[in-house]
Amino acid sequence: MAQQEEGAARQTDRSLTMSRAMVEAIAHEMRENDEVFYMGEDVADYGGIFDSTEGLLDEFGHDRIMDVPISETAYIGAAVGAAQQGMRPIAELMFVDFFGVGMDQIYNQMAKNTYMSGGNVSVPMVLTAAVGGTYNDAAQHSQTLYGTFAHLPGMKVVVPSTAYDAKGLMHNAIRDDDPVVYLFHKRLMGIGWLPAPDGPKTGVPEDDYTIPFGSADVKREGEDVTVVTLGLHVHRAMEAAESLADDGIDAEVVDLRTLVPLDMETVRESVAKTGRLVVVDEDYRSFGVTGEIVARTAEEGLGDLEAVERVAVPDVPIPYARPMEDEVIPGVEDISQAVQNAHQE
Amino acid sequence: MYEDMVTARHYEERLQEEYLEGKQPAFDISAGPIPGELHLAAGHEAAGAGVCQHLRDDDTVTAPHRPHHVAIAKGVDLKRMTAEIFGRETGLSKGKGGHMHLFDPDVNFACSGIIAEGCPPAVGAGLAAKKRNTDSVAVAYIGEGAIDQGAFLESLNLAAVRDLPVVFVVEDNDWAISMPKERVTDVEDGAQRAGGFDLPGQRVDVDDAVSIYDAAKEAVGRARDNNGPTLLEVQVHRRMGHFMGDPETYRPDEDKAAAEQRDSIERLAEDLRAHGVDDDHLDEIRDRAEDRVEEAIEWAKDQPEPDPDDAYEDVFVNPPSGVTDNEPSAEVTGGDD
Repeated sequence: MAQQEEGAARQTDRSLTMSRAMVEAIAHEMRENDEVFYMGEDVADYGGIFDSTEGLLDEFGHDRIMDVPISETAYIGAAVGAAQQGMRPIAELMFVDFFGVGMDQIYNQMAKNTYMSGGNVSVPMVLTAAVGGTYNDAAQHSQTLYGTFAHLPGMKVVVPSTAYDAKGLMHNAIRDDDPVVYLFHKRLMGIGWLPAPDGPKTGVPEDDYTIPFGSADVKREGEDVTVVTLGLHVHRAMEAAESLADDGIDAEVVDLRTLVPLDMETVRESVAKTGRLVVVDEDYRSFGVTGEIVARTAEEGLGDLEAVERVAVPDVPIPYARPMEDEVIPGVEDISQAVQNAHQE
Repeated sequence: MYEDMVTARHYEERLQEEYLEGKQPAFDISAGPIPGELHLAAGHEAAGAGVCQHLRDDDTVTAPHRPHHVAIAKGVDLKRMTAEIFGRETGLSKGKGGHMHLFDPDVNFACSGIIAEGCPPAVGAGLAAKKRNTDSVAVAYIGEGAIDQGAFLESLNLAAVRDLPVVFVVEDNDWAISMPKERVTDVEDGAQRAGGFDLPGQRVDVDDAVSIYDAAKEAVGRARDNNGPTLLEVQVHRRMGHFMGDPETYRPDEDKAAAEQRDSIERLAEDLRAHGVDDDHLDEIRDRAEDRVEEAIEWAKDQPEPDPDDAYEDVFVNPPSGVTDNEPSAEVTGGDD
């Protein structure tokens, strides 16, 4: 679906890291529209702790790439206010784990003002945040919280897994007239001190392009089992799928790309073909993304389902020490095991 | 006080060495014997030692993401703290917390990695002391980057309106990661924040342990005598990056050089010499501190790693049975990444 829309745009020899691709989209939008600006902690001189704004200060200066005090309520709320005035601010929450210190502005103001005003007010802003673990940063710096934002109405939620997707989704996020929460996984950004797996660095066209929200992407086609995932775990699922192919199991990997809106059509089509669903994410297991995908698949096509498996973080905060973190964050092996189980059922 | 400071400095030098092991030549934050972020406090020692000198085990301290010098001065178990930083089973938190989340209830020490969020719990400890009519006090440490955060400002107000025995200590090292103080607040003196809540505020303008000690004596004394909270801002300096691996490209060379000139440990040594303490005695203190650090690090490295399944314990003190399935599901076994 999305693949057809994008067509030949993917054919490019220029490969970028995911952070470069995101920055390229932001820079393009800032050149096109003086009313786009970026606010966050350490986004100017530092270039973003996770390279999310690397190089933007040189071109746009401190007035448009704004370092702000450590006051999330104030600056995220200020983004809401500026957006309601018709500007297009991007506000960065350094780690998604810090959402608590500014959450009222996010879910009671940013996400609800359009509805509470009967559609008379729009909030065209982007809230970016770094998500994810795998590098032993412990319970307050390792969460993804995908389900938290997707659960609360009024926010579009974007989770890119490749440079190509990151750029197209960022263009779309900035141009969208609604608030968009754009969650980038630290492990995918291509930061010098946090090596990325193979996969997120992809060909990226130089021109601008958009990827519509609500268009999942089949990253690998397969006949036997559907694996639905997002973010870092797209790459882990791909790795699992490659190894399973040697065992004669042909897994299809569906990358959701956005949670709100959610492309259930692509998921349903895949499950109609395979009959077996494995949902993988890096969020807590209960009341989250994995349960939602399973529930919707069952509601809409129970007859197609022969087997269901979930792979997620058990309901514990992310532990610090390596053996325990490796235990709770789903690995390639965990995904392979779940696919095998689904295949045997 | 001198011993606490040299212990902290040497401890962090050794942690730095251990941390970088396995992260060479390419720095990978997730590799080596100490993974994750590491925020070192070299240059902050006077703030830890100068304030904690006045504290007892029953006094509460909450520290932020840069906690080691405060923990040492508060008397946190150095061996178990080190084991925690190495992610070992016998660490303070059984390896679950890591370096930003050190908890030692024996000396009422806690940390949070979220800016300014240690302030409200310190207010709560002060509230408990007041309700129970004890003369315990609470100290909340934050950085100057945190004085713009709601949790801090709300805590000042609540402590003031309730006359709670709390001392807020702002460690001003001039930098919030890459953001210099003047870019994020219009006040040079963070203690001015006290005026808006009608509580005493004081700033110690020099990196000097004795001056910090004197100011803290007054502030802690005020709290202990049931005379309410104080806001104390103390000048420290940051000798390293915000975290290990921080390239510090945003920081002018002269600023870093100036920071290194302001060594509060050397300043205190000069003071002690001027008061007739001879070098042999200072060396003896330093040697003792270094031995203690080495012992803690050796001990920690010998400790076992936690079992992967330990991850499922301690979510609750009173785990609900049959309500939440916290067991790893049968088909999903250990991670492999």
